[in-house]
Amino acid sequence: MLGDYSLTDLSSIFVMQGFAGLILFSVYTLMALGLAIIFGQMGVINMAHGEFMILGAYMTYLCSGFFQTHLPALFPAYFFVAMALAFVASGALGMLVEWALIRHLYKRPLDTLLATWGLSLILQQAYRTIFGPREVGVELPAWLIGSVQVTDTIEIPINGMFVMAVTLLITAGVALLMYRSRFGAQVRAVVQNRPMAGAVGIDTEKVDRLTFGLGCGIAGIAGSAFTMVGSTGPTSGQLYIVDTFLIVVFGGAASLLGTIASAFSISQTQSTLEFFLSGSTAKVITLLAVVGILMLRPQGLFTLKVRR
Amino acid sequence: MNAAILPSHIIGADPAEKNFLLAVEALTVSFDGFKAVNDVSFYVDPNEIRVIIGPNGAGKTTVLDLICGRTKASAGSIKYKGQELTKLSESAIVLAGVGRKFQTPSIYDDLTVFENLEISYPRGRSVFGALTFKRDAQVRDRIEEVASMIFLKDQLLERAEFLSHGQKQWLEIGMLLIQDPELLMLDEPVAGMSVGERVKTAELLNEIIKGRSVLVIEHDMKFVEDIAHRVTVLHQGKVLSEGSMERVKNDPKVIEVYLGH
Amino acid sequence: MTRAPSSTVHDNPFMKPMEWISLALLVAVIFLVLPMLLDAFRLNLVGKYLTYSFVALGLVICWGFGGILSLGQGVFFGLGGYLMAMYLKLEASSVENTKIQSTPGIPDFMDWNQITELPWFWKPFTSLPFTLIAVIVVPAFFAFVIGTAMFRRRVGGTYFAIITQAIAAILTILIVGQQGYTGGINGITDLRTLHGWDIRTDRAHNILYFVNGGLLVACILFAQYVKRSKLGRILVAMRDKEDRVRFSGYQVASFKTFAFCLAAVFAAIGGAMFTLQVGFMSPSFVGIVPSIEMVIYAAVGGRLSLFGAVWGTLLVNWAKTSFSESFPELWLFGLGALFIAVVLAFPNGLAGIYRSYVEPRLTRRVKALEPAPAVALPHGTPAE
Repeated sequence: MLGDYSLTDLSSIFVMQGFAGLILFSVYTLMALGLAIIFGQMGVINMAHGEFMILGAYMTYLCSGFFQTHLPALFPAYFFVAMALAFVASGALGMLVEWALIRHLYKRPLDTLLATWGLSLILQQAYRTIFGPREVGVELPAWLIGSVQVTDTIEIPINGMFVMAVTLLITAGVALLMYRSRFGAQVRAVVQNRPMAGAVGIDTEKVDRLTFGLGCGIAGIAGSAFTMVGSTGPTSGQLYIVDTFLIVVFGGAASLLGTIASAFSISQTQSTLEFFLSGSTAKVITLLAVVGILMLRPQGLFTLKVRR
Repeated sequence: MNAAILPSHIIGADPAEKNFLLAVEALTVSFDGFKAVNDVSFYVDPNEIRVIIGPNGAGKTTVLDLICGRTKASAGSIKYKGQELTKLSESAIVLAGVGRKFQTPSIYDDLTVFENLEISYPRGRSVFGALTFKRDAQVRDRIEEVASMIFLKDQLLERAEFLSHGQKQWLEIGMLLIQDPELLMLDEPVAGMSVGERVKTAELLNEIIKGRSVLVIEHDMKFVEDIAHRVTVLHQGKVLSEGSMERVKNDPKVIEVYLGH
Repeated sequence: MTRAPSSTVHDNPFMKPMEWISLALLVAVIFLVLPMLLDAFRLNLVGKYLTYSFVALGLVICWGFGGILSLGQGVFFGLGGYLMAMYLKLEASSVENTKIQSTPGIPDFMDWNQITELPWFWKPFTSLPFTLIAVIVVPAFFAFVIGTAMFRRRVGGTYFAIITQAIAAILTILIVGQQGYTGGINGITDLRTLHGWDIRTDRAHNILYFVNGGLLVACILFAQYVKRSKLGRILVAMRDKEDRVRFSGYQVASFKTFAFCLAAVFAAIGGAMFTLQVGFMSPSFVGIVPSIEMVIYAAVGGRLSLFGAVWGTLLVNWAKTSFSESFPELWLFGLGALFIAVVLAFPNGLAGIYRSYVEPRLTRRVKALEPAPAVALPHGTPAE
């Protein structure tokens, strides 16, 4: 199948598909980061994660509309406000859900899965009722539209670069927070030994709530970034949930670095295959490969050997 | 006071010459570079009661985990009746005749005492065998016999969840008995028991050890003195001392790290 | 040595009196009450719901007893359904029926997708015996491979749920993507006859309803046999203390694989009956959404109750149909709330409610009939 293309064509294809893959990688990474915190650190399966992401997307949509009609002068900068708002909205909803639902189910992970699935159905219907069943898109400010011509066969869209930059910033922020801050130390302490963490004066319930809220908030930012590359509908979140879980599991649930590496390899494989095969075949092959590898190596790519 | 004695001196004869029930040689396991068990060797005779003592984190439980296949060894060998165990699956090790009791009582809360014992009955262990397993008179009699040994014959129909801590420990011992292993490994069988329960347990252990070898981890020195034929002291993953209780008790190294002054 | 009198512990009876009553009630409702009360259309609808209860029944064994939650049961339901549909479709695509196609004698969707020859994996499905065997064997084999690969490596709990879910997603994408071989998103439609017998008439629907009911009762009885055997108790024991079972000399992986395969076969029988009664099969019964929805049937009925699985399926689907007819937008809210409620407030579902409120009263009346206390399978707390 490669024979029909010249060498320059091929290298351009790889670069462009690679870049398309990088945008996919950014969205995957942002979604998976939130999930890696919630699943990896807390062991909670949040099936409504996609809906938290979509909440962020809808917040961005609302912001875009609000700035357009009321503050057109500030429109070029609305995206930053929207992302902050998406983080706050999804994070706050996440903390509410933790308080009302998740905290009762920490010892029953499979039941958490069912309950959060129920939550995701409710949120989907709520979005449908509030925003309508049709997919909505956001208006991008002028500076994000267009692309940079690198060579005469390679051009790179600006919004894609922006999404990647956001991803880099958030990832660095999360890494700092989890490994360099007092809060991160508390989260890890609670993960490793809950009774002991409680005994040394860490408010474990508060840490749980904040951790869950943080994971959901990052999903909100992912949703916000997502609006730049796709349109948003009530069930858009559900489309990504399986991929995201696979990324987290594939990367080795407790490892942030693993999550990033796994998001990278999965998104690159998928988008490169997509060029040569149909989209669905590319997806099937990618997912099959991941599931196959997980069957052989269930602990994921990056894990520590620990004493059971 | 005795001088420090290496294990090989105590054994005296060359290991290869004697028929040990269990021969652990140069056993090592490391978790991320940390050697929880480091070059441990010891030998258990048929019908011997061996107690492993040592401070917390000495690797006692890990040694049992290694023998029963719960943890895979990084190096070294474990020979049971001449058969290498490190390559076998857990269930194959059980079928070879090694039984293991866990530190915290490990029983099935949702089943009755009778059913708990029944599951350990050594018949119908394949899927098909379990599907067609018949609760015949032989099974019932054996279960009732064991139940009276472990002081639970009046609780046969009770759900295990409702037993006291001590009764749960006995139930687990009973589950091992029904399995009838040649090598019985007990991890702190009297921990968390009342004085009365402890006496009854010692009695029970003395009863069940007949005709088999037992490997026990215990902290209760009184209890150890009562039952041990020989004692192995582990410290930081290594064998610190080995021999009769009398000898180990007077070993200055043991006194320093474990028994205190 | 003193010996307790042997009479204290009986072998488990096949069913306790209350279970016989539950069975009688179910049989009466399926075979008498519903056929008398409902018109042909509604009865066919109930028949369709009952095919889902095969899946719920399998989940009771696999998830309720074994603690293995599969979120991919739609895969097996779909496999059973598709294999059946392949046979029916080939029968409906005789050269006579398809003479307007550019390649007569192959299913219409293949012709639309420029396929000119029947693919090799379709060919054996001209045989009814082969199809009936495949409906059982293919899903069982598939479950065996997945189960062996995962359980041998000690994958369980949430990981297993995620992987099975991914498999459901993969199969859906595959079916939708490979239109020419599978009928794509529309599925395999326009099915007409089973070995020459028209399955579209009211009379055929009626007969299929009773066949379906009979199969369901047979599956319940087999599940009951498994539940009361030592294997059933081992599943419960594994759910509680997997390591203890392993160190009692059992190969835990084989037992889990068995439970998973059994659930898969039940689901596949349901799927095949679905195709026969409804007359088509499509990817919308394979993916993640239907797979999780089928879990809720078992949860509503009571994840430890075989009969509850059937009642739960009927109740949820009845609610779905009546809501969707009058307030479609409310249904998802209701279903979502049901997921949350059944987990938070009623972890043992209808069966739990029945046991705490109804049974104590009934038992007092039935007590006179009951023999000496039998060793019962515990009801227990839900698995993790």
